[in-house]
This record gives sequence, structure tokens and C-alpha cells, in this order.
Amino acid sequence: MIRVALLLGVLILGTTGGEIAMTLGMKATGEPARLRPRELLAFLWRALRNGWFWAGVPLMALSFYALLVLLSWQPVSFVIPASALSYVVGTLGAKYILREDVGPARWIGVVLVCAGVALVAAG
Amino acid sequence: MVMILAMVVCANTGDLLLKRGMTQIGAVEISAAGLRHALLATVTSGTIWIGIVFLIGFMTSYMTVLSWADYSYVMPVGAFGYATLTLFAVTFLHETVSPRRWVGVILICVGVLLVSQTRPRTTEVAVREVAA
Repeated sequence: MIRVALLLGVLILGTTGGEIAMTLGMKATGEPARLRPRELLAFLWRALRNGWFWAGVPLMALSFYALLVLLSWQPVSFVIPASALSYVVGTLGAKYILREDVGPARWIGVVLVCAGVALVAAG
Repeated sequence: MVMILAMVVCANTGDLLLKRGMTQIGAVEISAAGLRHALLATVTSGTIWIGIVFLIGFMTSYMTVLSWADYSYVMPVGAFGYATLTLFAVTFLHETVSPRRWVGVILICVGVLLVSQTRPRTTEVAVREVAA
């Protein structure tokens, strides 16, 4: 069980770190003007030239491999919900690193999601 | 909204395909030989690759959504996929889901509903027009 917990830690920190870097990159890229294939491609191309995007990729690759190994050990209906502990870590990151305005409704929502996740993981 | 839906569907399908692929490969052993075998088996598995294509679809929609909405908004709202994932796991992978897990799924859904009531964007964003 210790190895599952350790790998879950790698998964959660990798996911959160990668997603925060990705968010910084996407905010710098700016939104696509319209959701047409050509504009989406141009938008993806702009994103690919952003440094934050590439900072996020190795972290996400690490968490992806941690996910694959965990999936080979445990059922998907345990692994995916348990990895959702990253919601708390992610919200803290959003508040303190991304400086997003995380109000009470959002926090209550995140806490409910986590409580739900704990129940699901305890199955 | 459409992009958030695409994000959830692609993520679910991708995860299920990965689980199916990894089940075919078997439990991974943490040793040099075990990890090498797992790496070879995953890059040659068709199911894993189709799963990856879906996860790329997820990435595209996710990046688009993140370019305008808060991370702390997108993250919990995307969690509504847990409800559908649980249904899929029961339907396609024949995993058993206890009543306690169903209560958890309901709590997650209520949490997602709460978050979705908040303002999606609280920070400034660089708005760029694509050259015509």
C-alpha cells in the first residue's frame, strides 16, 4: 500500500504542477477568436511556442506514467477518484500561484468534491 | 460549455481505454526489467494508442477552456466526469460499485454544481485576435 500512496503522490504533484504551468501558458497565449478548426490549429501553434507549456509537459508525462502503473495495480474506479485529491492541491495552487479569486462557493464545492472522492476511494 | 463537455467525454473514453490496455498487459513490476517490459508493451499496444488519441482530444479542449477560464473553475467543473466514469466502469468494465461509492459520486456532482455557479474567470487574460 505504501507504493500505491507514493505513486499517488507523484501523480498528484505532477498533475497539479503540470496543470498550473499549462494554465500560465494558456493565459499568456490568449483565447482563440472562434472555435473553427483553422483557428484552433493556429491557437495550438501559439501555445506550443510558449515556455510555460513546455515546463508543464515533463510534469504531465511523469504523472501520466504514474497513472499507467497505478492502473495496472488497481481498478479504474479507485485510481481515478483517488487521484482527485489533486483538487485541494490544485485549488491552493490556483489561489496562491495563479492569484485566482477562490470564493466560498468554490471552496465548498471543492471540499464536497473531495469528500465525495474519499467516499468513492473508500468504496 | 461544448468544450467542457468534449473535455469530459474524451478524458473518460481515454481513461477507460488505458485501463483496458493495461489490464491486457498485466500488473507492472517495479524493477529495471519490469519497467522496460511495461514500456515496450505500452508503446506497442493498439488500445493504449487509441486511448492516447482521446487524451489528445481532451488536451486540446482543456487548453482552449484554460485560455479563458480560471484553473480553479475548470478543475472542479470537469469533475462531473466522475459520475459518467462510474457509469462507464460499471457498464463496460463490469466493475462493482458499492452504495457508498454512489453517495461519493452524488457529493462530487453537488460540489461541481456549486462551483459552476461561480464566475468562470477572475483574472485578466490576454485577448488576441487571429489574423484573417
